[in-house]
Amino acid sequence: MVEKRTSQLAELIEPYAGRPQELIQVLREIQEELGYLPKEAQEEVAQTLGVPLSRVYGVITFYHFFRTSPVGQHTIRLCLGTACYVRGAAQVLQTLQEELGINPGETTVDYKFSLERVACFGCCALSPVMVVDNTVHSRVTPAKAREILSTYQGS
Amino acid sequence: MTFAQIKEKARAEWEALERGERPRILIGTATCGRSAGALDVLEAFKTELAKRGIDAVIMQVGCIGLCYAEPLVDIIKKGQPRICYHHVTPELVSELIDSYLIKGNPRPDLALGTIGDGDVEGIPRLFDLPTLKPQVRFVLRNCGHIDPENINHYIANNGYAGLAKALKMRPEEVIEEIKKSGLRGRGGAGFPTGLKWEFCRKSPEKEKYLICNADEGDPGAFMDRSVLEGDPHAVLEGMVIAAHAIGARQGYVYCRAEYPLALERLRTALQQMREYGFLGENILGSGLDFDIEIKEGAGAFVCGEETALMASLEGRRGMPCPRPPFPAQSGLWGKPTNINNVETFANVSIIMAKSSDWYASYGTGKSKGTKTFALAGKVKHTGLIEISMGITLRELIFDIGGGVPNERRLKAIQIGGPSGGCLPEELLDVPIDYESLREHGAIMGSGGVIVLDDTACMVDVAKYFLDFTAEESCGKCVPCRIGIPKMLQILEHITSGEGTEEDLVRLRELAELVSSTSLCALGQTAPNPVRSTLRYFKGEYLAHIYHKTCPAGVCPGLVQHKIKIDPELCQACDLCRKACPTGAIQGIPGKPPYSIDDSLCIRCEACLEVCPFDAIQKLTGKASNYGDDT
Ligand SMILES: Cc1cc2nc3c(=O)[nH]c(=O)nc-3n(C[C@H](O)[C@H](O)[C@H](O)COP(=O)(O)O)c2cc1C
Ligand code: FES
Repeated sequence: MVEKRTSQLAELIEPYAGRPQELIQVLREIQEELGYLPKEAQEEVAQTLGVPLSRVYGVITFYHFFRTSPVGQHTIRLCLGTACYVRGAAQVLQTLQEELGINPGETTVDYKFSLERVACFGCCALSPVMVVDNTVHSRVTPAKAREILSTYQGS
Repeated sequence: MTFAQIKEKARAEWEALERGERPRILIGTATCGRSAGALDVLEAFKTELAKRGIDAVIMQVGCIGLCYAEPLVDIIKKGQPRICYHHVTPELVSELIDSYLIKGNPRPDLALGTIGDGDVEGIPRLFDLPTLKPQVRFVLRNCGHIDPENINHYIANNGYAGLAKALKMRPEEVIEEIKKSGLRGRGGAGFPTGLKWEFCRKSPEKEKYLICNADEGDPGAFMDRSVLEGDPHAVLEGMVIAAHAIGARQGYVYCRAEYPLALERLRTALQQMREYGFLGENILGSGLDFDIEIKEGAGAFVCGEETALMASLEGRRGMPCPRPPFPAQSGLWGKPTNINNVETFANVSIIMAKSSDWYASYGTGKSKGTKTFALAGKVKHTGLIEISMGITLRELIFDIGGGVPNERRLKAIQIGGPSGGCLPEELLDVPIDYESLREHGAIMGSGGVIVLDDTACMVDVAKYFLDFTAEESCGKCVPCRIGIPKMLQILEHITSGEGTEEDLVRLRELAELVSSTSLCALGQTAPNPVRSTLRYFKGEYLAHIYHKTCPAGVCPGLVQHKIKIDPELCQACDLCRKACPTGAIQGIPGKPPYSIDDSLCIRCEACLEVCPFDAIQKLTGKASNYGDDT
């Protein structure tokens, strides 16, 4: 398992060898593949691209997109942008937190759901917006959020 | 192929489509349409048409801007005007096919309007609707009308004509033309575009870069997304024109990762441009070599700032740098760089295709042309609109936007996002142009407009924006990194009922300090929401401080027990009890009134939402303020 991952990693990183300007792109591709950026991947990237590990870590912690711990089976991303906020996204967030028992940025203990807050999907006209994996739900209310969650229970 | 040949081919394809016998079905499948279920509608059309053996053309189009009415479907039958249907569901699809396509009944009950020549009884013309009539659509010219993944559709509608014309002109002449048009950057600051190009052109270095800023980080704004999804070539054509004008060989589109569909459409569009020779070496035989690469952002608002964006393009943390040097002197990789916003480029292509005089005949003295706005929040017709500059906020919100829903009162208009301000109802007659908005404490910004009704607490809104900027501050300079959280702390103090008048004094001082000493415009403008709410809604701050109440009933610290059932209005329908997640509501169906156990109530307001009789109310202020009443 670990070996497989290592060779897969090397394959991903190799095309960018010696090209530090592609750091963000490489990290994005690895995260796409693994779901997060484990320490060994960060080290491998630093070495292959020829940049200090501190710079890799600096970039990962700067951008909201990157994560350093594994995610759940489903990722729930709730928009708390202005348009969503003024139409009740905060109440939806509260509901999700209660239902899932986690805060934004966390994952449930059974690794079923991860919860994230986002600052605008550009669907503001249909706010509040909640995205589960790749499905966009619009005009979400606390009740609708509960309903959406229930469709994922047991899957 | 020469451009004339390409154009001929595109026209032929478009005309065959327009003149064809087959009915056409246009489905708006931009992100907004998709979130309302447009893809299910698309599938339903495919299945239902196949079932009936009807041969029709199904076209996916971008967003026409009427997002509130999504999913939108247009049906065109030969010899008939195009009919636009709104709120189409998969269930309605077979009904539409049977009634209109088969039996010829245009179903005015489901239609929003007609487009094109001719009338249909019972259906108004779409562009005569109050929402669309005042609009002037240049940037959005093709959105909702063409297939954004088909370059021929764009070319057949006068696309790339501006590029063909520009390539026959000297770069200096192109710059002159843009200068004459009066176009100002649409990314926020409103810097004259022609002048910016000239600085870059005149930079002595040979190697130059061109960047399109598609980061659109202002929450509540989605103009750039819509244009990229609905008409990507309009933006890319503008970029090639700019490359010719300033002498760049390499361009980048920096697009935020939250826009997967826009990214996909951009990739498709670039591929098509290369095939037609609009990119690459010796573009259209003019000797211009230029190519464009797409770069995805990684979720950082500050990366919309130009110097931070360039740092991010270089694979680093997106931290802004002091200017000067300006990008035109030393930008990406230290080379002269020109950076413009998505909408700015979309304007360039139409200015070149038409003329600068024509463009400058729209708008006001110093604000020429049109501006797109994203209308969201508490307004009936949420969506994307484009107007000639100079119309008033009142026309924008009430004529085009249809006013505030649920018979509530307008409280404020938030314009310009986290760098902008909140304008009160009294300023509804202010014209929309760069100078007037700035004079009143807001900014044009990129075009996000959020309407707030009387359920919004203005102190909470100010706090919301500071929370956002504090989170998004890159941390490089002290005033922004420390000053904004300090301001936020004061606001939290006030909204929790602990505020004093001295807090207001300190808040004002800090606002001044942060805006005058921060490194980049993020910090410099972050105090704007606080300043504008203090200027126009001071009463609300004072109510929090002296009366310990939140007049709008929003701030949790000042709303001790806020959910209460009015015994007179309660009909014992049981909906609230079913909606309550904590079992705080007691009652027997049919036996009013119900009551709420305050110790179990978590103020989620789920009951408020479901009550059909408005029997559930929020009480505001400290518990002591309404004492025994609870
Ligand atoms: C914090 C911050 C965020 C910004 N975000 C954007 C953005 O998302 N899109 C954009 O075009 N300009 C943004 N800008 C403005 C850019 O710095 C720059 O002025 C603009 O891209 C120039 O293009 P224009 O002249 O065509 O307007 C932002 C500025 C700041 C300070
Ligand atoms: S503010 Fe939520 S989608 Fe834009």
